[in-house]
Amino acid sequence: MTIQQSYAATATVAGYNFAFLDEQTKRMIRRAILKAVAIPGYQVPFGSREMPLPYGWGTGGMQVTAAVIGKNDVLKVIDQGADDTTNAVSIRRFFTRMTGVATTEKTREATLIQTRHRVPEMPLTENQILVYQVPIPEPLRWLEPRESETRKMHALSEYGVMHVKLYEDISRHGHISTAYDYPVMVNGRYLMRCSPIPKFDTPKLHMNAALQLFGAGREKRIYAVPPYTEVKPLDFEDHPFQIERWPETCALCNAEDSFLDEVILDDRGGRMFVCSDTDYCSERQAAGHRGRMAAPYKEEAAQ
Amino acid sequence: MYVAVKGGEAAIENAHKLLAEDRRGDPDVPELTVAQIREQLSLAVDRVMTEGSVYDPDLAALALKQARGDQVEAIFLLRAYRTTLPRFAVSKPIDTARMQVSRRISSCFKDMPGGQLLGPTFDYTHRLLDFSLLAKGEAPQAEGNGGSVADALPQVVDLLNAEGLIEQEKPDPDDAPVGDLTREPLLLPAGRDVRLQNLARADEGYLLALGYSTQRGYARSHPFVGEIRSGEVSVEIDVPELGFSVDIGDITVTECQMVNQFRGSKTEPPKFTRGYGLSFGYAERKAMAMALVDRALRAEELGEDVTAPAQDQEFVLYHADNVEASGFVQHLKLPHHVDFQSELTLVRTMRAEIAAEREEALREAAQ
Repeated sequence: MTIQQSYAATATVAGYNFAFLDEQTKRMIRRAILKAVAIPGYQVPFGSREMPLPYGWGTGGMQVTAAVIGKNDVLKVIDQGADDTTNAVSIRRFFTRMTGVATTEKTREATLIQTRHRVPEMPLTENQILVYQVPIPEPLRWLEPRESETRKMHALSEYGVMHVKLYEDISRHGHISTAYDYPVMVNGRYLMRCSPIPKFDTPKLHMNAALQLFGAGREKRIYAVPPYTEVKPLDFEDHPFQIERWPETCALCNAEDSFLDEVILDDRGGRMFVCSDTDYCSERQAAGHRGRMAAPYKEEAAQ
Repeated sequence: MYVAVKGGEAAIENAHKLLAEDRRGDPDVPELTVAQIREQLSLAVDRVMTEGSVYDPDLAALALKQARGDQVEAIFLLRAYRTTLPRFAVSKPIDTARMQVSRRISSCFKDMPGGQLLGPTFDYTHRLLDFSLLAKGEAPQAEGNGGSVADALPQVVDLLNAEGLIEQEKPDPDDAPVGDLTREPLLLPAGRDVRLQNLARADEGYLLALGYSTQRGYARSHPFVGEIRSGEVSVEIDVPELGFSVDIGDITVTECQMVNQFRGSKTEPPKFTRGYGLSFGYAERKAMAMALVDRALRAEELGEDVTAPAQDQEFVLYHADNVEASGFVQHLKLPHHVDFQSELTLVRTMRAEIAAEREEALREAAQ
């Protein structure tokens, strides 16, 4: 049993509504989510509330999660692909305290996944919702700092500046030098920022079976990619979109198809690569895949 | 063999225990009470209430204690509490002309009806460390009554009204409810109601610097302090069931009316214009800075050129909130190794390409 029953058993904090936000606020957020789903990729302004965690630390994703979470949900929270990074631990604890719902580290068991900076390696299903924490929702922000201007540009689908930026990358460096937060067109209409995920993850948004919700608390915007929606990275015919590759496979599970984190081992240049998605990695190890630095697999170590 | 680091949860718990211990400091020194903070660090409390948007000296003092005196952290604590509070009613506008003043000054006139009243101020103190405070002293006793001269003192700026020398401030004719940034997102261009709310919640240091910049030539507006008044005003709410309004208590506020020169435009004769600042408690520096920035932000409405940062709505309003700013600046502490990995891969690729090109060029040159 991998669902953490010890979490589910704890009572929620007295004096607070289920999932912290009051029901009126949840309804307001759900209305914004419905609008976002109806207009894929469009940034819906919403009355973002002050959360007990700092702005920039996932308040948008938390408000979206709080608005959609129910008592029967199983929640997974990841940061950089891992369940045990400090902020993921902190947000998971927050929802455990405020809702008492079951949590899990298994992607396949989760009904609701809140993430920062990664999309899980395992394909998602129609029964899952992926909530992204978004720091800056506006894809045109580095090209045009004014919100009043960028809203106009979206209204007119005026995205030439982004193509010019990518073209300038190519003329200067020989290829597009955007490594993460790669701009995409959603449903052929809105230019969208996929929150800062590595471009390795960008293709996963396309025609995904799960509902993908994006929450930006400080910037007070919600947007969405409904299930089975076209999400196309901007590119050129002679410079097609490409994802990053590694010279090695995962040192623990030998995966060659996952996003790898580089871990520095010493001060003489020694390093290894391991899966950023900890659940994917441990599942592969449990299935018997061994990387070059993996410990011999033990049954109890997996529990 | 490599085992990935786990145990973020235990680390967080231990860190918070360390924090609690550090907050308490040396246990041989008696613990501060919330009442001591409320009574003896009252200006810190006032700032936390103002930027925290909650008038509650006890909670603000508690926040300061919990935050180890860090004001922005205390403001954050109070805001995060505020967000959970139900909203019972919207008060009627407070009437500062009926304030029980404890301080009231104007720099525009030597004297005026009601007179100048310095009240409890740091102004004209010599900033010499008072070493007698190192030892326990007797409670100082002020002479004379501490203010509350009259029930109603006329607003100095209104005295200029008689000649039509100063712009009139009238409520919006459409009777629309005032905006509320804590319920609705900021949309631009923002009306003055929303701008003033934003500035009232804004970081004092940020407003101080912006206001200062207008004095140094970035959107110069020739300001004079029309009036600063501090004191108690009553808060009233309408109770629909009763059919009349009810006084629900008094709050202490500081109000600043800044008077600014205006050279006139094609449609308007020269006259004085206003900037407005309001804060809870005695946050006077904040109220003055707010009034300067409010006036600067009115540039467009008054037909002035928008050339300086303090006049730029989008710049000023989007960056004023210290809870937002502090969170986002400090989120850089969170792990970013996935993004960084992508950048590493990219930079390595680009360097390898350049190195290969150089090698190629050298080989060609050698041939």
